Amino acid sequence: MAEGIRDKVAILGMGCTKFGERWESGPENLIVEAFEECLQDAGIDKNEIQAAWFGTCYDEIGTGKAALGLPGVLRLPYIPVTRVENMCATGTEAFRGAAYAVASGACDIALALGVEKLKDTGYGGLPAIDSHSGSLNGQVMPNMSAPGAFAQLASAYRAKHNIKKEDLKRAIGMVSVKSHDNGAKNPKAHLRRPTTIEQVLASPIIADPLGLFDCCGVSDGSACAIVTTPEIAKSLGKTDLVTIKALQLSVSNGQEAGYKDWDGSYFATTRQASKRAYEEAGIKKPRDEINMVELHDCFSITEFVTYEDIYISPEGGAMKDVMDGFYNADGKVPAQIDGGLKCFGHPIGASGLRMIYEMYLQLLGRAEDRQLKDPKFGLTHNLGGFPFQNVSAISIVGRYN
Amino acid sequence: MIGITSYGGYIPRLRMNRGTIYGANAWMAPGLIAFASGERSMCNWDEDSLTMAVEASMDCINGMDKDKIDLAYVASLTFPFLDRQNAGILSTALNLKESVESADFSSSMRAGASALLAGLNALKSGDYENVLVAAGDRRISKMAYLPELWYGDGAAALLLGSDNVIAEFKGAYTITDDFVDHFHGANQRFDYNWEERWIRDEGFNKIVPKAIKGLLDKVGVEGKDIARFVMPCIFPRVVAGIGAKFGIEADKVHDNMHNVCGETGTAHSLVMLVSALQEAKPGDKILYAAFGQGCTAILFEVTKDIGKLNGRAGIQGALAERKEEGNYIKFLTYRELVIQDWGMRAEADWKTALTTLYRNKKRILGMVGGKCTKCGTAQFPKMDVCVNPDCGAIKSQEDLEFANQPGKVKTYTGDLLTYTLDPPAHYGMVEFENGGRSMFDFTDYDIGQIDVGLPVKMVFRIRNIDKERGFTQYIWKAKPILKKEEA
Repeated sequence: MAEGIRDKVAILGMGCTKFGERWESGPENLIVEAFEECLQDAGIDKNEIQAAWFGTCYDEIGTGKAALGLPGVLRLPYIPVTRVENMCATGTEAFRGAAYAVASGACDIALALGVEKLKDTGYGGLPAIDSHSGSLNGQVMPNMSAPGAFAQLASAYRAKHNIKKEDLKRAIGMVSVKSHDNGAKNPKAHLRRPTTIEQVLASPIIADPLGLFDCCGVSDGSACAIVTTPEIAKSLGKTDLVTIKALQLSVSNGQEAGYKDWDGSYFATTRQASKRAYEEAGIKKPRDEINMVELHDCFSITEFVTYEDIYISPEGGAMKDVMDGFYNADGKVPAQIDGGLKCFGHPIGASGLRMIYEMYLQLLGRAEDRQLKDPKFGLTHNLGGFPFQNVSAISIVGRYN
Repeated sequence: MIGITSYGGYIPRLRMNRGTIYGANAWMAPGLIAFASGERSMCNWDEDSLTMAVEASMDCINGMDKDKIDLAYVASLTFPFLDRQNAGILSTALNLKESVESADFSSSMRAGASALLAGLNALKSGDYENVLVAAGDRRISKMAYLPELWYGDGAAALLLGSDNVIAEFKGAYTITDDFVDHFHGANQRFDYNWEERWIRDEGFNKIVPKAIKGLLDKVGVEGKDIARFVMPCIFPRVVAGIGAKFGIEADKVHDNMHNVCGETGTAHSLVMLVSALQEAKPGDKILYAAFGQGCTAILFEVTKDIGKLNGRAGIQGALAERKEEGNYIKFLTYRELVIQDWGMRAEADWKTALTTLYRNKKRILGMVGGKCTKCGTAQFPKMDVCVNPDCGAIKSQEDLEFANQPGKVKTYTGDLLTYTLDPPAHYGMVEFENGGRSMFDFTDYDIGQIDVGLPVKMVFRIRNIDKERGFTQYIWKAKPILKKEEA
């Protein structure tokens, strides 16, 4: 394996809007809100940014095609800007683009910004996929909603581990309860009310077995990062550095969807991406070394199976860990300490960067009521597409030694 | 000898008790009580005349060498396309050979019989060897109109040929007479019917006997020798009366199936014929007649080979697979007779890219996948690079039909968020026993029935209808296999 980018890129600053139903703001306003915080945190002038990566998933909503939606809003000085889209991994892809640019030496300071304005569509949930999903997909695939696609994990996980429907339903319900407890403490979260397992279990079914409270919110938001090399960061007066330890991506090749190996209960991509990420970051025992995770909890079942796919819970062990509170705020490896997609919602282009933002705050001791004790490594994860064919991104960030 | 070599039938699983329809409409149309006994078949939301014709044809050609079919006719009064050959869609769905000749028959209740007779005549010409004749109908009437009660949905298919004939073609006789008992004008949604008493007295009772007499005289057979008299007519006593004129005994009159499914349009004479063949014995003479702007009468004689034909559901098997639908609003919804708010997700634009459909027609309409000639892996869809990670050969696959491959549910959900006319939408991954897997919609299931490991079979159904442009898109879906079929 190539040596990777461990500790070659430092985060100079980050910003994140309040997520929610931001009726008063368009994407052009959300971008500025996240960027202002980020720029102030970085302590540089806008004109010092030499390149930018812009992440949005639905170019139909507000931002348009190409990269023009970003520099036109921030009035960036004719620098190279690239728009990236890789479904739910879009935000992390923007981050990866900027990080690789810095690591390669192509530029000294780069910006990654993600935004999505979902609440301009009129939909609850993500907009319906129609012929815009491609000229073939719409003709051959079931008319799947996102919860329907992910709900199928539960059917296969139950069959594989011989778990009763109601037992798994309760366990994934606990995943949501934990995230709501965390989100209640986060002023930037969209949903800020704690909930009970009874409420979760009683919520109306969306796609069997997922109920409303098994689904993440639908929100508007933006998050961004300015990255540079550790050396430049130091020269700019930064002392407490957070660096990138690993950035990995794995994309399905159709094997899960078309060949015989995959049993439907896990993410083959996430297993690949996390293995590579641990190798890049030099992490040998993730269950012991990773101190906090922000997983792609679009649905409770997604987070649940991902515990195993990132090798923190043993295979078949997610249920026990959940019931033991292993991933709670006071557990061994807190998950979704900021509230997760569950409480932030999922403005697609922004989510990956929002997760890294929380890790960054935690590592710098700036997470206020949610602050964990002395974390060293944080892992973030995005999963875009469907369980049987998807894009999975893993990033690991930590303190610079 | 030429004649019928195989049969197949299809009646939709859903049945509506006519009392349900009567109960909803009695306040305004109490006279409906006259036809309110028994039950009628009704299409699921994803069925139409063509999907039913395909299902009946799949039943009919099961185990037959499809490549020997050189002519395919389809008859319907309710084709999904006025200009796009429906027999062409059926041929693609059945994955018939490219050099098959094909045509549609329509515009009369007699169209099914016309297709059958044209198929027999094509065989007689010697230019064709095996002819598939299919018919299906899903007629729509206004609410509280008598036809709403007496119509049913269904389809039948016959294979005609000269090898292993189960019912020999003895002769045919046709009367063409522009007697308008009902009509369906161009650009109209509904049929318009005239008074039943006139149809009985001046139509059936005068026109049908002319055709039967012409046929019996032509083939030299007497009415008393007829073992089965098959003719659709909503008035069973009229058929018995016509039979009696020729010495056909009353118990030889084949049931019009009003009580179990209703009259399935131009398919109905074939539906009844298949039903009669399922009960027939060698030597039986079957007098088949279809009324509609005249009458076509055909005589068949059942051969000893009828005992060799098995493995077909036929009409009787289809009737046995039954689920009562008690919700009249659902019936109206599926026939687009009421307006509901289906939410924003129903607004999605389903325009079909015709270029893409044509390139992928074998996959989409024919359920044809691939089998790698290097490693033997069966896969769906067939793509240029083999899906087996240890193989990955390029352009190594030959066609493999998946429509008949047994499968099992691998993953599933019931989705209440997405748009479907039958919520919750059930879909998931199906794994085929001989290799290959893919995501499919499920259909014809009961809530709670779908589970991991459930055996399924593939059926040809509507994917969606682009109402803006009038384009029906078809796809294969997975349907639970009933226990008795597992045996």
